[in-house]
Amino acid sequence: MTTLSDPPQDQGFRLSQLIYDTRYRSITIQVIAMIVFMLIAAFLIRNTIINLSALGKDINFSFLSSRAAYDINQQIIPYTSNDPHWRAALVGLLNTLLIAILGCILATVIGVIAGVLRLSKNWLTAKIMTVYVESFRNIPVLLWILAFMAVLSESLPAPRAFRGEDATASMWFWDSVAVTNRGTYVPSPVWGSGSSVVIIAFLLSLLGIWAFGKWSNRHFEETGQHLPNFWIKLGILIVPTVLVYFVMGRPITLSYPELKGFNFSGGLHMRNSMLALWLALSFYTGSFIAEIVRSGILAISKGQTEAAFALGLRPSWTMNLVILPQALRVIIPPLISQYLNLTKNSSLALAVGYMDLRSTLGGTTLNTTGRELECMLLMMLIYLIVSLIISSGMNIYNKSVKLKER
Amino acid sequence: MSHSTQSLAYVRKEMIEQQPAPRSQVGFTRWARENLFSGWFNTLLTLVSLFVIYKMLAATLPWVFGGVWNAESLDQCRTILNERYGDTHYACWAVIRERWNQLLYGFYPESQYWRANLAFVLMLASLAPVLFDKLPRKMLYLTMAFPFLLVWLVWGGTIWGVLSVAVGFVLAGVAFKIVDRFGSMALSAIAAVVVAVVWWLFIGPSVVDGLNSVAPLGHLQEVQSRDLGGFMICVIIGISGIALSLPIGIVLALGRQSDLFIVKTICVGFIEFIRGVPLITLLFTASLLLNYFLPPGTTFDLTLRVIIMVTLFSSAYMAEVIRGGLAALPKGQYEAADALGLDYWKSQRLIIMPQALKISIPGIVNTFIGLFKDTTLVMFIGIYDMLGLSNAIRANAAWNGIYWELFIFIGLVFWICCFAMSRYSQWLERKLRTDHR
Amino acid sequence: MKKSVFLGALTLAGLAAGTAMAQDSSTLAAVKERGMLKCGVNPGTPGFAAPDASGKFVGFDVDVCRAVAAAVLGDSEAVEYTPLTSAVRFTALASGEVDMLARNTTWTFSRDVDLKNTFVGVNYYDGQGFMVPKDLGVSSAKELGGATVCIETGTTTELNLADYFRVNNMEYEPVPVESFTEAQTQFLAGACDVYTTDASALAASRASFENPEGYVVLPEIISKEPLGPLVRHGDDNWGDIVRWSLNAMIAAEEYGVTSANAAEMANGTDNPEINRLLGVEGELGAMLGLDNAWALNIITQVGNYGESFEKNIGENTPVGLARGLNAQWTEGGLIYSPPFR
Repeated sequence: MTTLSDPPQDQGFRLSQLIYDTRYRSITIQVIAMIVFMLIAAFLIRNTIINLSALGKDINFSFLSSRAAYDINQQIIPYTSNDPHWRAALVGLLNTLLIAILGCILATVIGVIAGVLRLSKNWLTAKIMTVYVESFRNIPVLLWILAFMAVLSESLPAPRAFRGEDATASMWFWDSVAVTNRGTYVPSPVWGSGSSVVIIAFLLSLLGIWAFGKWSNRHFEETGQHLPNFWIKLGILIVPTVLVYFVMGRPITLSYPELKGFNFSGGLHMRNSMLALWLALSFYTGSFIAEIVRSGILAISKGQTEAAFALGLRPSWTMNLVILPQALRVIIPPLISQYLNLTKNSSLALAVGYMDLRSTLGGTTLNTTGRELECMLLMMLIYLIVSLIISSGMNIYNKSVKLKER
Repeated sequence: MSHSTQSLAYVRKEMIEQQPAPRSQVGFTRWARENLFSGWFNTLLTLVSLFVIYKMLAATLPWVFGGVWNAESLDQCRTILNERYGDTHYACWAVIRERWNQLLYGFYPESQYWRANLAFVLMLASLAPVLFDKLPRKMLYLTMAFPFLLVWLVWGGTIWGVLSVAVGFVLAGVAFKIVDRFGSMALSAIAAVVVAVVWWLFIGPSVVDGLNSVAPLGHLQEVQSRDLGGFMICVIIGISGIALSLPIGIVLALGRQSDLFIVKTICVGFIEFIRGVPLITLLFTASLLLNYFLPPGTTFDLTLRVIIMVTLFSSAYMAEVIRGGLAALPKGQYEAADALGLDYWKSQRLIIMPQALKISIPGIVNTFIGLFKDTTLVMFIGIYDMLGLSNAIRANAAWNGIYWELFIFIGLVFWICCFAMSRYSQWLERKLRTDHR
Repeated sequence: MKKSVFLGALTLAGLAAGTAMAQDSSTLAAVKERGMLKCGVNPGTPGFAAPDASGKFVGFDVDVCRAVAAAVLGDSEAVEYTPLTSAVRFTALASGEVDMLARNTTWTFSRDVDLKNTFVGVNYYDGQGFMVPKDLGVSSAKELGGATVCIETGTTTELNLADYFRVNNMEYEPVPVESFTEAQTQFLAGACDVYTTDASALAASRASFENPEGYVVLPEIISKEPLGPLVRHGDDNWGDIVRWSLNAMIAAEEYGVTSANAAEMANGTDNPEINRLLGVEGELGAMLGLDNAWALNIITQVGNYGESFEKNIGENTPVGLARGLNAQWTEGGLIYSPPFR
């Protein structure tokens, strides 16, 4: 608050100034707020200590290094039941991040397609997309997760159905992909000796593409000549890697899933719990992203397109240089907050038994050690850090695309 | 001139009758050509869409409409279906017929359903004046009375308990008015809080006890919180979460915008913390940890704890919505309030907040939709909401193994509510946009 | 500044109120004053605890709650059931949200000692078993190497399973599920080869299948799961009441006292043990701080152990469990009540 009247000069400081003088009042309010805050915090902590001691418990994180004793089916880093609880929590965290990243990618793809198709001139397609968006947005995501899980485990064949002469189910894509009600098995690469050279070659060619892009831009600015950028880049991407691959004697092979014993083995096993969670989160969040994309495109006035055409830009350039940069500025901030929501919603994994952070640290570890307070605090802290990282990413982006007003 | 034209043989003497447009250019055909088959890509899209629609309907329609409505258990359903069609790939709606009241009302005593229904109707009536500003403003009195009516109708007991709480609010308002004449806003707020707390803690309870024994007016059968469930608990948690979070959200939003560093830090910290963790961890906190944070020996029931946590949760989101409303107000409004010589609280109360809240309503409704859908998460902490009840129903030997029917029923109920609300918020957004331009 | 003083005062008042409430720590007095017993139960296990169509909880575990209510309050219906998930059950008990737990909880060392609970007895001796579809051709758990196993997360069964497969050097793929009903759905759909949980629950779910003959429960029982009611540490009188309420049901079956003949026997019999049980002789009820007809109330309102068993989970119910280990000690089982003397 600013005051227009001249502050009285000659009087000394009086206590009533703390309340009536706007110069000091803000300090008073802040001090009171601080005291109230500290009192509340002290009250809560004091209660917690009293309650814990009444139960004979303490706050102690040493349980994290004791043996976890339970198994986790999906592990990105090696883990056995002999590993300590902190490693189980780490496996859970990685699973959370995996589903979050995969979900964000798929949700974006679905959302962009649905958002664009909703604006399509094709009446039927636009209506179907409207039905998709409205039905997914208005039903709780938990219900979708359960429904996807039910579809996957009910309608797909069990591995047993693939066995024997009179198998009722067969694998897809020339016996390379098995879709079962326990998950989908896809071929996975096997890294032989020398495969690192191929990977290095691949990374180098990526670097080459980037360098070429820079060069061709400069070339264009200087001479005005267009090079067939796409084909050259594609060539740089493929040719060296393929050459090295054959020179090194084909070090990378694929492992195909095979039916062995009870289950398929070999290949990459994507469990149904993960698939259901992934699909449900993606379709649910995708319906929100579709709306964001649609309103982003609609927000760009038609005059922009017309102006771009008037300047003689080609349609593809109009899209890339005029429409997209402006639309993205509208689209990206709500998009990132959808990513944040998706990450937080991934904690519903426990409905389908996907072993994420909540199911390991906040589930089995919590239940078997009885350390609710420690587990919950740790779990909240981790989720908070992940969220803050995502939202600080959003802030950095927002700053970079902010309209530079001169 | 005239005769020369007459002599020309090739000039037509009268207009030709207007021909109907070619068939491909009128009616459905034209519409279809323009909207469905305007190019190879469009045609492809149409064909794919038709295929998708056909597949969907072929898979679901027979299942839905061939279902059984009269049966005692899933086994009986299957027997009937086997007799009728020779297989069991049809719905068994009998479970909905038997348990729909449980899904909607939880374990609320059946003879008291009218109370839940009445509370629901009153809720709609008291929300109406907030949502539609064409309605008579007098209805806002109902809105103010509704929270007390809700508690009385749903939980039962005599009317004195809720009346005493309401009297606390009235006394606080009176105290505020009186002190407001002499001093600043802060002092009158303190006076209001003191009066209300003294009434609630020390005077009210004994008055209520006395009145209860003398004249147990309006006594309704008492219902325990754990008997609440199904759709009802979702509505109660959602509505109380949003209503209670509104004042907290306003305070947080103002705190976040204030120049006072400490106040701002506390508000930002709270908002970011709540928005950074998933709701489910907060719900687990409600069920596992809240008792640790309270004075030893105080316990209150899970539903109340969940409402507290949900209120905290939604107040952070509410604060962000209201902050958006504050930011959207033209700067001239703030300057005009300053120019009139209003102090901070007066300008907020009389100029800023009424406008900011009005343009925040679509955002508030959207927050409510999100919160309402999230109330399904309470199943994880042992509250029988609709999803929790669907599990309990399946735990019953008669209905073991049934789920699509339950999922569809639950999904439909949520869809109707959320779709209606989102339509409302879109309508309001359009209306507000034209208001301001 | 007034505000902070005021809030400080409020805090102190709250604390004072809190300590005042905490001092009245006798659960028995609290229950009597309330006129209601607060009992934590499973949200849904067929036969043991599940709400029926009218929302009333019924089941074998629920009968223990009813027995305690009958003993303390004379009315077996004076119970508030709090459905608790496995994660929150001990906290709910410790915080006083419930007076006792009767929620198929396994009595283990750490739960008894480290988590500060008092297990007062065993009402069902269980063990973890495996169920497989018959056409899998498996006859022993030792042949389950490489199998996919459905398991409820966060329970002791998860730890037993991990240990069993590790000790036997077998690989397996756990499919964690959130609830009993979910596990059943997954297992029936073939999303896992094996379903493992307490043998009683296996039998119960097998009985509810469309085609029970298609599934077998393997002979191996890989763990001991004594399930029983429990109370908080530190209130021994309350623990005694729950313990002896359970024992009264067990003893009544042993002596042939049933809900039908208890009232008649309460007029006096020539068996002093029965007389003491039913309050005809001695002051056993008063020693517990209860009415002398406490056990009579249990037996007339709830029934004896055998009656409760037959009514809820016995062979004539959909759950269809045989008595097995849970027969009276006189019949070769483990159910044994210390003497009422």
